[in-house]
Amino acid sequence: MRGVNAALGAAGLAAFLALGEAVPRLGLVEEAYFPPTSRIAEALADEAADSAFWTALGDTLTGWALGLAIASCAGIVAGVLISVVPYLREATASTIEFLRPIPSVALIPLAVLLYGTELRSVLLLVVYASFWQILIQVLYGVQDVDPVADETARSYGLGTWARIRHVLWPTALPYVMTGVRLAAAVALILAITSELVIGAPGLGKRIGVAQASQAVPEMYALIVVTGLLGLLINVGARTVERRALAWHQSVRGEVAV
Amino acid sequence: MLDVRGLKKVYEGSGRRVEAVRDLTFTVDAGELVCLVGPSGCGKTTLLKCVGGLLTPSGGEVLLDGRKVSGPPPGMAFVFQEYGRSLFPWMRVGENVELPLKQKDLSKARRRELVRDALESVGLADAVGAYPWQLSGGMQQRVAIARALAYEPRVLLMDEPFAAVDAQTRADLEDLVRGLWRERGITILFVTHDIDEAVYLGERVIVLSASPTVVREQLKVDLPVERDQLHTRVDPRFAELRTHVYEQIQAAKKGAAAS
Amino acid sequence: MRRALLRLVFTVALPALLVTVWWVASAGSTDVYWPPLRTILEAFPDVWTAERLRGDVLPSVLRLAGGYALAAVVGVALGTVIGSYRRVRAVCEPVLEFLRAVPPPVLVPVIMLFAGIGDTMKVTVIAVGCVWPVLLNTVEGVRAVDPVMAETARSYGITGVARLRNLVLRSASPQIFAGLRQALSIGIILMVISEMFAASNGLGFTIVQFQRGFAIPDMWTGILVLGLLGFLLSVVFQWVERRVLGWYHGLRASARRSP
Repeated sequence: MRGVNAALGAAGLAAFLALGEAVPRLGLVEEAYFPPTSRIAEALADEAADSAFWTALGDTLTGWALGLAIASCAGIVAGVLISVVPYLREATASTIEFLRPIPSVALIPLAVLLYGTELRSVLLLVVYASFWQILIQVLYGVQDVDPVADETARSYGLGTWARIRHVLWPTALPYVMTGVRLAAAVALILAITSELVIGAPGLGKRIGVAQASQAVPEMYALIVVTGLLGLLINVGARTVERRALAWHQSVRGEVAV
Repeated sequence: MLDVRGLKKVYEGSGRRVEAVRDLTFTVDAGELVCLVGPSGCGKTTLLKCVGGLLTPSGGEVLLDGRKVSGPPPGMAFVFQEYGRSLFPWMRVGENVELPLKQKDLSKARRRELVRDALESVGLADAVGAYPWQLSGGMQQRVAIARALAYEPRVLLMDEPFAAVDAQTRADLEDLVRGLWRERGITILFVTHDIDEAVYLGERVIVLSASPTVVREQLKVDLPVERDQLHTRVDPRFAELRTHVYEQIQAAKKGAAAS
Repeated sequence: MRRALLRLVFTVALPALLVTVWWVASAGSTDVYWPPLRTILEAFPDVWTAERLRGDVLPSVLRLAGGYALAAVVGVALGTVIGSYRRVRAVCEPVLEFLRAVPPPVLVPVIMLFAGIGDTMKVTVIAVGCVWPVLLNTVEGVRAVDPVMAETARSYGITGVARLRNLVLRSASPQIFAGLRQALSIGIILMVISEMFAASNGLGFTIVQFQRGFAIPDMWTGILVLGLLGFLLSVVFQWVERRVLGWYHGLRASARRSP
C-alpha cells in the first residue's frame, strides 16, 4: 500500500512538473510571466553555482534559527512561569488574548526605523510571531497536567522545582513540541517576509532583487528554494516531534489555536 | 421474511486471506425476535453487516421478502454497538432521530410526530433538545434505538447494542427491547455474545460456531412471552436453556481449537 | 458577585499596568522613535478621521474579506474532493505539501507579474496564500470521518449531498476551523504586505508612508490600528467559531470529565 501511494505521489509530482512545462510552451500563459519548468531548473542550477546564493541562504537560515531559538526559550520560560506562579495565569489571560492576534508585520515600520536592514530587524519580527505559538501551546500543555499526579507529587513533599521537572514538564512536552513545529513554519515565513519587504540580506531580498530586475526565471527558482526549505523544516520538525515523543504517542495532542 | 442462504464472507488484503463466515443458512419469520449468539470473534458483526447490506458477501445471498439485499434496504434499521460514535455529536437528539426521515418522502408534521413518538417509546421525550454527549451511555443507546424506531423499519438489526453499558442499564434496555417488539411487532435480529441475554430476549436462539462461522444449532426458547428480569431468570427452564447454549458454545470453542 | 468583580480586576489589571508603564516611561521621551504615549494618543484622532477610515481601512478590510472568502470556499471544496478519494489524495499529497511550504509573501512578486498592482493582485495574493491551510486541514478532517458514523449514514440511506452536509462537513468542521484560523493570520500579513509593495491606499500603504515621511507618532498610531484590527478580527472569528463548534467544545469537555 505504501509503495503504491509513493508511486502515485511521484506520478502527481511528475504531472505537476510536466504541466509547468507544457502550459507556457503551449502559449496558455505568457512565457515571460511563467517560465517553463526546464527554464526554472536551469536558473536553479545557475543559482546553485553562485556563492552569493549560498550566502543568502545562510543569512535566511541564521535569522530563522536564531529567532526560533529565542522565541522557544522565551515562550517556554514565560509559559511555565505563568502557570506556576499563583494568579499569574488569570492576570495575563486578557493581555495575551489581546497581543497574540496583533499581526507581526505591523512592526515592520518600527523595525526599519530602529534597526534598518540589520539581522535584528528580522529577529524582531520572527521572535514576535513565533513566541505566541509556543507560549500558547505551553499553556495548553500545563493545563493538561493530571491534578491527581500533581496532588501525589505534592503529598510526597516534592518542591516546586521538582514538580516542574517530573510532573509538569513531561506532560507539557508534547504540546511544546507541537508549538515548536508550528513556530518553525511561522518563523520561516516571517524571516523571508522581512527580507523581502525590509531588504535585510537573505533569500527574500534576492527574490526582491530578481523581481526588480525582471529576472523572472531566477525569481521562480528562488521561490522553489524557499518552498523546499519550508518542506524540509516541516518534515524535519515532524520527525523530531515523533522521535522525541515515541514514548507517549497516546497523550500527544494538538490544540487548534 | 428474512432469508440467509449459504452466506460466505472472506476478507482479502495484502496477501492475507481471512475466512470470517463460511456457510450460513437460516431464516427469520415476520415478527420474530431472533438472537444470534456465538463465541467472541466468531464473525457475528460481519454476518449482521452482510444481512444489513453494509458488506457485500463473498458468496451466498440475503433475501428480504424474496428480494436480494445488495445495499442497505429502506425497510431495515441498524443499531450499532458503539452508540457514542453512531449518533452525530453536532446534532441534538431530536435532529439525530429526524435525520434518516429526511431521506424519506414525509411531511414535516409527520416527521415531527414520528420523532416524538419514538422518543416517548424509549422514555426520552424530554431529551429532544439535548446533545447526545450530554446523556449517559444507556440514554445514548436509547436515542439510537429511537432513531431506528422512527425510521419505521420492518426488520431491526442490533449488533451487540448493550455490550458497553453497565449491568443495571443493560437489564432496563433488554426489557425495553422486548417491550418494543411486543408493542410494535417488528422483526428483530439481535446479535450478542452474552448467553443469558440471548435466552432472555429471544424467541429463538441461533448458536454459531467459532470462525469460520456456520450455524451450530437453532433453539426454540419456550419461555412465556411475558418475561421479567426477576422471575424469568430464576425459572428452571431458563437455567436449562442457558446451560444448553453454554455447552454448545464451549464445544464450539473447543472445535475451533481442534481444527 | 465577588467572583465577577475579581474576574474583572484580573482582566483589567495587567493591561492597565502596562499602559501606565508605557505612559510614564515614555512621558518625557525625546527619542524620535519612541514618542511619548501621550503624543501618540493625541495624534490618533487627527490621523484616523472618518475619511481615512473610509479611504484606507475599508479598502484593506474588503480586500482581506474577498481573498479570505475565496480561499475558504475553494479550500473547503477542493479539500473535500481530495479528502474523499484515497487515490486522489495519494496523487496530490506531495505537490500540496510543497505548495503549502512556500512562504506566502513570496507570492506577491509572482502575482504582480500577472495581475499588476491593482485590487485583483491583492485579493489574489490573499486568496492564494490563505487557501493552503484551509485545503490541507479540510483534507485531514474529511479523511478522518468516523467509520461507525459513515456506516450509520449508509445504513439509513443518507447519501450524496445530505451525507456531505450532515456528516462529512460537520465532522470535519473542527479541522476546517483550525485551518481557517491559520489562514486568517496569514491573510492579515498578506493584506499588509501587498499594500506595502504597491498601492495607493490601504493600511499597509499608509503606515509605510508615515514611516518614510518620518511622521513617527502617526506611524505609531498606524501600528495601533493594525493591532486593533487583528484583535477585532480574532474576536469575530472566535465568536463565529464558538457558535458553529459549540457541540465540539461540549463534546471535548464531557470526554475530559469521564475518560
